[in-house]
Amino acid sequence: MNDAATGAEIVRFSHVSKQYPGTLANDDVSLSIRRGEVFALVGENGAGKSTLMNLLYGLQAPTLGDIYIKGEKTGPQHGPESAMRMGVSMVHQHFKLVPSFTVAQNVMLGHEPRRGLFYDGREAEETVRRLSAEYGLKVEPGDVVRDLSVGIQQRVEILKALRTGADVLILDEPTAVLTPQEAEELFEVIRRVVQEKNMTVILITHRLPEVMRVSDRVGVMRRGRLEKVMETRETSEREIASLMVGRDVLFSDLPGGQAAGEERLVIRGLCALSDRGLPALRGMDLTVHAGEVVGVCGVEGNGQTELAECVAGMRPVTGGSVVLCGRDVTGQAPGRIREAGLSYIPEDRISTGVDVKASVAENLIVGKQRTPAFSRLGVHLRRGQVKKYAQELSQAFDIRTSGVDEPAGSLSGGNMQKVVLAREFSFGSPALLVCQPTRGVDIGATEFIHERIVEKRDQGCAVLLISADLDELMRLSDRLVTVFEGRVTGRFRTAEVTREEIGYYMTGGHQDTKEAEAQ
Amino acid sequence: MGDVLNILLLQNTLRTATPVVLAALGCLMTQHVNITNIGIEGMMLTGAFFAVLGSYFAGSWVAGIACALLVGLLLGLFYYVFVIKFKSDEFIIGVALNIFAGGLTVFLLRNIFDVKGSFSDPAIVPLPTVEIPLIKDIPVIGPLLSGNTLLVYVSWLLVPVCWAFIYKTPMGFHLRASGEYPDALTAAGRSPERMKCLASVLCGLLSALAGAHLSLGYLTMFSENMSASRGYVAFACVIFGRGNPPKVFLAALLFGFIEALGLRMQKYMPSDLTAMAPYVVTVVMMVAVVLMERRKRRHAA
Repeated sequence: MNDAATGAEIVRFSHVSKQYPGTLANDDVSLSIRRGEVFALVGENGAGKSTLMNLLYGLQAPTLGDIYIKGEKTGPQHGPESAMRMGVSMVHQHFKLVPSFTVAQNVMLGHEPRRGLFYDGREAEETVRRLSAEYGLKVEPGDVVRDLSVGIQQRVEILKALRTGADVLILDEPTAVLTPQEAEELFEVIRRVVQEKNMTVILITHRLPEVMRVSDRVGVMRRGRLEKVMETRETSEREIASLMVGRDVLFSDLPGGQAAGEERLVIRGLCALSDRGLPALRGMDLTVHAGEVVGVCGVEGNGQTELAECVAGMRPVTGGSVVLCGRDVTGQAPGRIREAGLSYIPEDRISTGVDVKASVAENLIVGKQRTPAFSRLGVHLRRGQVKKYAQELSQAFDIRTSGVDEPAGSLSGGNMQKVVLAREFSFGSPALLVCQPTRGVDIGATEFIHERIVEKRDQGCAVLLISADLDELMRLSDRLVTVFEGRVTGRFRTAEVTREEIGYYMTGGHQDTKEAEAQ
Repeated sequence: MGDVLNILLLQNTLRTATPVVLAALGCLMTQHVNITNIGIEGMMLTGAFFAVLGSYFAGSWVAGIACALLVGLLLGLFYYVFVIKFKSDEFIIGVALNIFAGGLTVFLLRNIFDVKGSFSDPAIVPLPTVEIPLIKDIPVIGPLLSGNTLLVYVSWLLVPVCWAFIYKTPMGFHLRASGEYPDALTAAGRSPERMKCLASVLCGLLSALAGAHLSLGYLTMFSENMSASRGYVAFACVIFGRGNPPKVFLAALLFGFIEALGLRMQKYMPSDLTAMAPYVVTVVMMVAVVLMERRKRRHAA
């Protein structure tokens, strides 16, 4: 590849539209992407950026319009196979790795080297080792993927993409699951492949700081349309954000909390096992006071999920204690813990947060269905009352639905989350456990949810916030704790800590706990 | 009890285990592509019938086997079309297949052979038995390893073949990937559906072969419902052996041993009780699987 080729067009979308039942996911998108650039494609959830890339990668076919790769038009038979042949590879947000296979088996999947009839393991591992050295992506070819951390799994996924000799690499939300350090390493790899190999990287993301750091150009999508394409150095985060949302987003600083009140939630030496039966919590200590938000940060899979489930009573506790408002609720049933004063927003709204088949109204009153306000003698539901209440609540929480009798499963992610929020916040509980409140939720709804959480705190609620989004944690929390492998590794006042420090503790660095228990 | 625990017991073990081994090898194929196929029972029964049909009319066991395999192929495709193509529930289709097989064989039995219950005739050519020179003269092992019917040896051969196929060939990798994480295979530009089709057809073929062994090897006749739940037992063996052919083979041998033992214990116990033995063992096996997993987990912890 010579320098003259740099800047030449490598991928072109020409008036591309994609119609899904009920939504136009891509609406007349025309875009040209050049060789040797990092192109960031940004937009809210559902803006159509992933769809556009799926069309390029051949996972779906456009309803209208044409796609050209290196000047060649993709045919109606375009699929991942032909995309790869034409030099386009994609690293998906959810890794496409077989857990029980080794790194080498995964990288070579579909193109295994053979010796006679059989798979040639030595040759495969040799190939992976070579690729790994060439691109500086350190992996051990013989490791079983199931046992690897998310960051390393992503390397495997990238190697898989590079193995085909791709010159266009699509990365779909690559940093969503990474620590700041891992993300830094990834940017390093992106830079290397673009500068040394003259490859093109298309980065799908909604993290604007990342866009500013690594991309050459940025395209903003909103509601299926490509709003604008800009040189990154000629724009700003604020401009991109307002293009994404279609209005000015201020993300004004939220007011900080008042001095914290009495201890509401006290967790001491909590131990529990993961689903696989391995220790997930190894003696976790945490205190949340009235009127403060305590954020738990850590790389996913370091005990956050188990912590939440133990506190909510959804997972057996094998050691330690949970004291809620002065009552020991360790290992009690979820119903008892709720009575003791906990409201819970679970991380997975679809499986735990709502009943997708029940109506919005039913979902909104769950937990109150036996109260006289909604039932006669606790058995017969007062439909009228339920509906009226649900409508009021929908209004207050800005839940956009065609009617409260619709099944909750028909709502968008953001609106479904607002249903959970509306229900849980309406109990007026003294303590709140909030997990991944804005995962898969668009910017507008995120803003709204953040404001509600802060409002709760100001009313004197004790909030324990668990999130994979560091920006969210830094914005909402008064105090932060970092967790690693089921233990607390650091405690901070949010105002007094940097992202880099947090990254250090999230990956296993340990703070002298004595100095940190400054509360 | 000397007449119970003798060499004949072991011979019977091998004979009764063989149909289960073959059906289990078929079942583990679909298990690896993440389909819970309980239709093997019906595939086996239909295979048994058509093996007799082929053997009787063509006067050759080869024709019998060919006939069974053809039907197995068709049933495998049928299962694939409904479960994978049309995405029907794999349990419902499995049950439907079993009921259909029961009805079909009875219907054909009455219309073609004009008999009720069972059909046996000197014109049915059984599978040949294979005498292995030298080995057959070794005491104890000789009569065990030599003089079995053809499909017994085929089943022994198929165990390592299936193992190598699943764990050592690229196609076996694709088969397992299509069950464990089909998206990975799709992203690699391969079709998980095609692998599921392959597994389904292999399952049909192997199950039909198991049926052929029942009606041309184990016995030389067809009788209504002669598969007698061996398909379900094969399924249990697959779970017990975690889909790994050698382990599944051992599980099937254990089952065969218990059944053979049960038959020989009839002298001392009511036959209704001894007939229960294989199924009691099945339940015990399943409990053992759970206990083993639990212990493994505790060790890991």
